[in-house]
Amino acid sequence: MSAPTGVVQQAIVWLNDPLTWTEPGGILELAGEHLVMTAIAVVIAAAVAIPTGAWLGHSGRGAGTVVWLTNASRALPTLGIILLLAAGGLFGNTATVIAAAFFAVPVLLVNTYEGVRGADPDAKDAARGMGMSDGRILLQVELPLATTLVSAGLRVTIVQVVATIPLAALAGGGGLGQIIALGMGTQRYGEVLAGGVVVAGLCLLIDAVLAVGQRLATPAPLRLRAG
Amino acid sequence: MPGNPWFSWSYVVNNAPLIWQRTLEHAGLTIEAVLISAAIAIPLGALVSRSRWLAGPVLGTAAVMYTVPSLALFAILAPLLGIGRTPVLVGLVVYALLIILRNTVAGLSTVDPAVTDAARGLGYGPGRLLVQVAMPSALPSIIAGLRLATVSTVALVTVGVVVGYGGLGQLMFQGFRNNFYRAEIMTATLATILLALVLDLALWAVGRALTPWLRRRTA
Repeated sequence: MSAPTGVVQQAIVWLNDPLTWTEPGGILELAGEHLVMTAIAVVIAAAVAIPTGAWLGHSGRGAGTVVWLTNASRALPTLGIILLLAAGGLFGNTATVIAAAFFAVPVLLVNTYEGVRGADPDAKDAARGMGMSDGRILLQVELPLATTLVSAGLRVTIVQVVATIPLAALAGGGGLGQIIALGMGTQRYGEVLAGGVVVAGLCLLIDAVLAVGQRLATPAPLRLRAG
Repeated sequence: MPGNPWFSWSYVVNNAPLIWQRTLEHAGLTIEAVLISAAIAIPLGALVSRSRWLAGPVLGTAAVMYTVPSLALFAILAPLLGIGRTPVLVGLVVYALLIILRNTVAGLSTVDPAVTDAARGLGYGPGRLLVQVAMPSALPSIIAGLRLATVSTVALVTVGVVVGYGGLGQLMFQGFRNNFYRAEIMTATLATILLALVLDLALWAVGRALTPWLRRRTA
């Protein structure tokens, strides 16, 4: 193994080569693939988790299940799930998107559940008094009041998925993890370091962008109260 | 070999020594990481909750570190620290740190001010106040943090396989390379979950033994 300084230098040289970024299979293409996979996984997770969480929160049922789900999801080794799916015939990207969605559902579900459940009971009573149906109360009163928590949940979920997708590379999939896996395979540790920096940078960048998005997604009256 | 079964007891029996060895590696790494994290995070949490101006930067830095994906962190650490156990351990410590730190700060902030006042009235100095009054009150929250950190560390160790040290993750990856040997991957995945449950249960028992007053209150 080369000395740390050599590795750092290699990483800097590699990152400074414009071809590294623009060539086919370069950083930009892999980052694009990474983000597409993230988007698909998040959309799948949201489609499952938000309606379920909203309904459970509205009816007040399933609190125990929700708590259990959150705890259990932390123990699940994502790598194991990806490799199991691969062994079952779902390779690379598909397996990773599914595993990431699996991983993302509990966070989003819990936040939606808590948000809807915690909606001001006075507001719910008022809505009921005005003759709103259950469905309308959920859509027009509880969900808007829950947006703060739901958007916070979405932010955590998206960042988590961006952070999970790199594991795809271990099961022959794409995304930025490929740089790390390839570097390890060919023992070019400078590239491993550079890949790590790129993946970490993307996560921090996405988190920063989403922090702004989260603020914009919070309805102005709720924002005032929080800030 | 007939097909490629998901579950195979004969695989487990034939490979028991290897599975056991990997499980021990996995558990050892987890326990070491959580202990180091706790040794850093609990005193740091006590310090942070005493001086408000420290809280923002410390918790903020920890949160930023937490955002960095495990694979990326291991990839950054491995070339610098060498391939193997060390980079994985350092990475795990970083992740566990934030969880324990946050729960320590949260626990210390819920200490009843009346109790603190009473202890001060009895002539307790700041050091004794922290050790004998504030810490015991924060203990349930700290233990909750330790449990959370342990369970997520067990899951994270598997990712360490990329830099050459993943405990049970090594079995998963080996099974994947071995022509998708399902039983091996499944066994390792289930063993990981089981290990998380066992360690969580052990910590729960420790927490219960350390906080007898909570039981008395509910009983």
